[in-house]
Amino acid sequence: MKEQTGNSSFEGLSLAEIQEINAEMRHYEDKTAVSIEALKIVQKRRGWVSDDCLVAVAGLLGISPAQLEGVATFYNLIYRQPVGKTVIHYCNSVTCWLLGAEQVRERLCRHLNVELGEMSEDGEYTILPIVCLGACDHAPVVMVGDELKLDMTEDAVNKIFGR
Amino acid sequence: MEKMDKPLTKNIRPDRAFATLADYESTGGYQGLRKAISELSPKYVQQKVKDAGLRGRGGAGFGTGLKWSMVPVDDVSQTRYLIANADEMEPGTFKDRYLLEQDPHQLIEGMIIAAYAIQAHIAYIFLRGEYHQAAQRLAFALQEARAQGYLGEHVLNSDFNLEIVLHTSAGRYICGEESALLNALEGKRATPRAKPPFAVVSGLWGKPTVVNNVETLCNVPHILHYGIEWYQGLGRGSDKGTKIFGTSGRVKHSGIWELPMGTPIREIIEEHAGGMRDGYKLRGFLPGGASTDFLLPEHLDVVMDYEAVAKAGSRMGTGNIIVLDDQTCPVQMVLNLEQFFAQESCGWCTPCRDGLPWTVTLLKDIIEGHGRMEDLDTLAGLTHMLGPGNTFCALAPGAMEPLQSALKYFRADFERYIISPHAVMENV
Repeated sequence: MKEQTGNSSFEGLSLAEIQEINAEMRHYEDKTAVSIEALKIVQKRRGWVSDDCLVAVAGLLGISPAQLEGVATFYNLIYRQPVGKTVIHYCNSVTCWLLGAEQVRERLCRHLNVELGEMSEDGEYTILPIVCLGACDHAPVVMVGDELKLDMTEDAVNKIFGR
Repeated sequence: MEKMDKPLTKNIRPDRAFATLADYESTGGYQGLRKAISELSPKYVQQKVKDAGLRGRGGAGFGTGLKWSMVPVDDVSQTRYLIANADEMEPGTFKDRYLLEQDPHQLIEGMIIAAYAIQAHIAYIFLRGEYHQAAQRLAFALQEARAQGYLGEHVLNSDFNLEIVLHTSAGRYICGEESALLNALEGKRATPRAKPPFAVVSGLWGKPTVVNNVETLCNVPHILHYGIEWYQGLGRGSDKGTKIFGTSGRVKHSGIWELPMGTPIREIIEEHAGGMRDGYKLRGFLPGGASTDFLLPEHLDVVMDYEAVAKAGSRMGTGNIIVLDDQTCPVQMVLNLEQFFAQESCGWCTPCRDGLPWTVTLLKDIIEGHGRMEDLDTLAGLTHMLGPGNTFCALAPGAMEPLQSALKYFRADFERYIISPHAVMENV
């Protein structure tokens, strides 16, 4: 058992994570159902889901790592690679595309000097595309962490980085 | 009875604040539930919603009361589930976001009544993971409702029990498909299921399950509170009630408006959205999201109800219109749409998994100047191979709708890329 994670029989998960995952189980007939919640609980604390964590969560839910990996990789918001402290999702679906999503992407990438999917050098940000964020009346839009940002003009993009 | 022509959005305010329980109750909130639980049998509630003529607002337009009536309710020991489909992810659609963020109790009341009608004791809100503010506000509203006795054991001191669980998803378009949503909620890959059996008979964990769209459920309290006659009086055409229409793209004022079913498209685009932005002309539009066929300016007088839009060759879909202006290339717009569908295909069935990337490749080749005239025939062929009846679910057929209509209406734009690749309109 690894020193830093200890306190649990599911190597790699903290006690708090295990308790939070177990608490979710009461809402469902079958504990497999908490797969997404469990992955999110781990990701909330660690920023992403490592192989070790994935195996540990699968053990906790009593399913195979392969099955859980199939779920983890299916969803846009579960990260199986390290990402920056804040993930910036820019919407690239139709209305945002019409109204300048590509320019938003270029500005974001230029600001941070990264390509899509890369982490900024300081570890603060990763930029990823996302499908329609459901705020098309304020296109183009981005989501910075959990926060939706509307009407992404050039100034608005600068504001994200406090400039 | 003020503002009774806009029952769904009466609590939606320009400052985007949300209606608390007290706000919601002050405008007639939870009166529909009180009436249902104290005066009406579950079967009668189903009948009332059926008689009102409410049809599913998620896009397909299936009769809501009819769906409820297909659930076997006679065996009291049988577990049944209700699910609110709040996985709004159809590109160009943003109506449910307003309902969820600004009037969460309206959805909750609709869910309690629906659950009572099908005698479900557990209900889930399947919310897309990106709607963080909606998640916070729904969680708060659920607590308020519990504290007030609208949820939990003995709802309003009756013998009906109900718990509502908020599940936030992790982002995948296919989860909005009813049977894929069930797999997602069970913690599996969200691939659609073979139908039949339909969810109303065998859904979540094999139990009878009703899945209703957010906007659909939000109609229910008002039908119970104000009655069928009032509800039917709201529609202007063959369909009943109001609908949240929206417009986005290069119009003057993008937004949502709650209007009678049967409102002409011209009225939505020209009056409510204020027409096109200065310097832009209307070239076409998708009437109800990414997976609906293009219509043209000549269709502006078509009214927004299920049959009328179908007759014009498209679908009302979500009723949120995406506008194509005269300075945006329709071929590139279709490429953007098909890239979305190719990415979001779950990969379960071959026509969709392989056909959508093929579509994208062909469109890219054409736009990059490597296209051949035969490619247009291949694209037309794909619209059939990926069309209704050839795939597991409606994702690929939906993806083919904008493509097939673009090939019909904007063929010259496709051909121009092939004939003179260097002279085509510039990227937008």
